[in-house]
Amino acid sequence: MWQTLREELKDKGFELVTVGLDTLGVDGCKAFIDAANPQHPSLIDQHHVMADLFGVVNIPSSIWIDENGMIVRPAEAAPAPPAPGPEGAGGSNMQVPSDIPDRLKQMMTEAAKIPKPGSQTAYHEALRDWVEKGADSEFAMSPEKAIERSRPRDEKTALGHAHFELATELEMRGNHDLAIKHFQKAHELVPDSWTFRRQAWSLEKMGDGPLARFWQGPNPENPEAWPYEGDWLEDIKREGAENYNEGFTP
Amino acid sequence: MLLSTLEISKAEFEAGTGWQLKPEGACKGDICIPIPNSDGDTVDVSAAAKAMNLPLAEEPAAQLWAMGPESIGGRALMTAQAAELSLPDVDGKMFHLSSLKGKKVLVYAWAPY
Repeated sequence: MWQTLREELKDKGFELVTVGLDTLGVDGCKAFIDAANPQHPSLIDQHHVMADLFGVVNIPSSIWIDENGMIVRPAEAAPAPPAPGPEGAGGSNMQVPSDIPDRLKQMMTEAAKIPKPGSQTAYHEALRDWVEKGADSEFAMSPEKAIERSRPRDEKTALGHAHFELATELEMRGNHDLAIKHFQKAHELVPDSWTFRRQAWSLEKMGDGPLARFWQGPNPENPEAWPYEGDWLEDIKREGAENYNEGFTP
Repeated sequence: MLLSTLEISKAEFEAGTGWQLKPEGACKGDICIPIPNSDGDTVDVSAAAKAMNLPLAEEPAAQLWAMGPESIGGRALMTAQAAELSLPDVDGKMFHLSSLKGKKVLVYAWAPY
């Protein structure tokens, strides 16, 4: 879907850059990237620098940057990606077993309630408009507006980012227990980041199957071992699936 | 940025933070912040972090620190000038966002979980 749009727009001075946010790096992303066979830059972000640099708190998100390197739309929810997350668990490229556990059924029910960020058509029309008209497009923001529309960040949030980076580094070094400690701290300090939470939850794998990283919650046989305050299902119910992303506001 | 020591070269500091070190201090966009003990070739990270109000988190068991991003202005973006994004592709080849200057770019974040 994104590739088709990129094909359409690439001769008009447009390029797409996709970034997979995953501490597991190539191991976590490669199957999805290979399946998509991207012709555009397709990158891997193990420390979530996308959060530091652009304020990404959720996926999928996108940022628009003009020819001069100016951000004309800060990080915002973007239409669903070709890669399946929990919200795509019922997608065509994932086998859902018929004896699916109740937790996953509930997760899929909640995921279905997550609003799509505008219709894909509206979002893509906005993108076409910008590629065509540049700064004259009604969807291109002034620098002041782009800054104002970026995520709020206070000292507490910034410290949470530092703990998240410690966590990802410790995880990559194989020190999972220490990583958990800093993931917990990051969650406490940046409670509105879904990516900080989902990243940590996805590292607590449930078995070895294709859904291991989508379980993102306590093992029913040993719930006390779950190291985090919330989990995907609990948090989405508490916060409301309809509030998962903010939708597309021109 | 990750640190295994709190005294680093100016080049490391610039690459890690996105702030440029100039005679008047650490600069980004229109803002320059004077930082102490920065006359030599190295940067005293604790002093710089304090002066610039950058958070420093520590994991003593691994002798590891992480310095977080700035929160000046209370927003994720301090300037609309896009930061340099340098990340590897699936083959480990580094890509730099600045290589696309002259094009309109949509940067799309996704995750496999």
